[in-house]
Amino acid sequence: MSEHTVKSYEGELEAISTSVAQMGGVAEALLQGAIDALQRRDSALADRMIESDRRIDELERVIEGQAVKILALRQPVGVDLRLTVTALRISNEIERIGDLAKNIAKRALVLNRENPVRLTQGLVRMGRECLSQIKAVLDAYAARDAESAMAVWRRDEEIDELYNSIFRELLTYMMEDPRTISLATHLLFVAKNLERAGDHATNIAEQVYYLAKGAYIGEDRPKGDATASASVPYEQAS
Amino acid sequence: MTLWLALVLIALVALAAGAAGYALSRRRASPPAAAAAQAPQAGLAEITAVLQALPHATVLLDETGRVAAKNAAAAELTGAAVGKPFAASFRVPDLLAAIEHVRDGAESAEAAFTLPVPVERSIEARVAPVEVGGRRYQLAFLHDITAMVRVERMRADFVANASHELRTPLTSLSGFIETILGPARDDPDATGRFLEIMQAQAQRMRRLIDDLLSLSRIELNEHVRPAAKADLAGIARDVVDAAQPALNRAGIKAVIDVAEGARPVTGARDELLQIAQNLIDNAVKYGGEGGDIEVNIFPSADGAATALSVSDKGPGIAREHIPRLTERFYRVDDAMSRERGGTGLGLAIVKHILNRHRGRLEIESEPGRGSKFTVFIPVWQPGAA
Repeated sequence: MSEHTVKSYEGELEAISTSVAQMGGVAEALLQGAIDALQRRDSALADRMIESDRRIDELERVIEGQAVKILALRQPVGVDLRLTVTALRISNEIERIGDLAKNIAKRALVLNRENPVRLTQGLVRMGRECLSQIKAVLDAYAARDAESAMAVWRRDEEIDELYNSIFRELLTYMMEDPRTISLATHLLFVAKNLERAGDHATNIAEQVYYLAKGAYIGEDRPKGDATASASVPYEQAS
Repeated sequence: MTLWLALVLIALVALAAGAAGYALSRRRASPPAAAAAQAPQAGLAEITAVLQALPHATVLLDETGRVAAKNAAAAELTGAAVGKPFAASFRVPDLLAAIEHVRDGAESAEAAFTLPVPVERSIEARVAPVEVGGRRYQLAFLHDITAMVRVERMRADFVANASHELRTPLTSLSGFIETILGPARDDPDATGRFLEIMQAQAQRMRRLIDDLLSLSRIELNEHVRPAAKADLAGIARDVVDAAQPALNRAGIKAVIDVAEGARPVTGARDELLQIAQNLIDNAVKYGGEGGDIEVNIFPSADGAATALSVSDKGPGIAREHIPRLTERFYRVDDAMSRERGGTGLGLAIVKHILNRHRGRLEIESEPGRGSKFTVFIPVWQPGAA
């Protein structure tokens, strides 16, 4: 959609936010595909998803070009300037989400060579939670809705809680049976990637808030990630 | 001199007004296609009327990717608004690629995709070129095949989950049958005892099957929002009345409190009944030892929903279990749940009913302090789908 010549300034501003939405759509599809590939042990799907990360990088460059052009030729002020700057920042965040999703797809390829495990169930749930956060924040961006962005920003705690729960579960499995260590490590990284993707969604929420209100979110975000200090006592595990 | 000054002032004012006017007109200048959408092309009004009559979500896009016409189903599914770029509201890459393909001259293009959240929907899309009044457009037709996909998946899931959970009571049943036929053949006392255990196991299997069936039924309809009006307070009273024998047996009381301003909700009565039933059953099963159960009905903070909360004073639930309570067959304490006749599906059913109602479940609990389960259901609005 970006190939079309847009003559007016308004048109250029609209085009850059459409590109951001489009880039977000590719990242959503990538993350969804990576989770599906993990759940259904579909290596072909994982391969396709790894490939589609290129499209995200391509769109990031398109957005950069659009933003530089607006900044150089239109010298935007006020909300137009915020729109241009946030488009750049949000596209960076989306690019990171794309990388994390690609990494999940790569791990799915490795995991699919092993025996099926029930452990992926919690991860699929966490992935879903993460996807719904990303969808909500991109919808908030499309609607310039600061309130919905705030809601996303606050809800990140749920992903962190799921992460803690999965972290403990995997730790317990590894202690019970050291043969599961290599597999569980991959799953741990998948969980960590999802948790990071959730954090990027909250970063986007901050940008959407800034775009809509012209001010930054003031309060400190609730933090639920306690795994830095989580350990499973050996007696409990054996 | 004063005349000169007045003239210069007038000229300045005129200039300033002109500049402001220029700035305004520049700011308001819409891109050409949006202007075209505001003053509809010949034929677009008729097309909109035709689209409106179609049962499936359909959008007509112009050459710049803006929505030229759409029907209500499309607005609901994709958030498309006339004059706005379609890609800004509906970001599915496969569909956008299909649209681009047709814009570049293809005869037709297809895309199949799923929307994973909030409720999974499967869509099959077909895009075709259309010419209206000498201009080229793309018509995207989105067919919702969620129900079909669900029926297929339901069969697979049912076999996988159910067989695992049903095997335990079945193993125990066949074990006792063997014992009765073999070593205990001539021992009427033992046989009587065994038959009682077998009866309990058979009841457990029946409960499981009932729950699995109702879960499948709800899932099948999950993407269709209920439209009826329901009264949560009446529902809570009915459930508590029906649970009275169990409450008496456990020696606890259930207190219902309806706050002022609690409005009726949009929902299917029998499904909301099942939510209240499952929550109150859980409170009796796992929190009953601590004392009475409180049922509160109150409006949500923003007034958009009415809430029903069930609080108990039982042992509470550790933090790490809370996010996973609604997973099927997830149990905090396997042995305790089985002993009290739990199937591991109660909260999964609650979650799916809430999904269908676009409602929300909040769980607050702390070990030693009891638990509080709160469901939020959107208030009833006349004409809401």
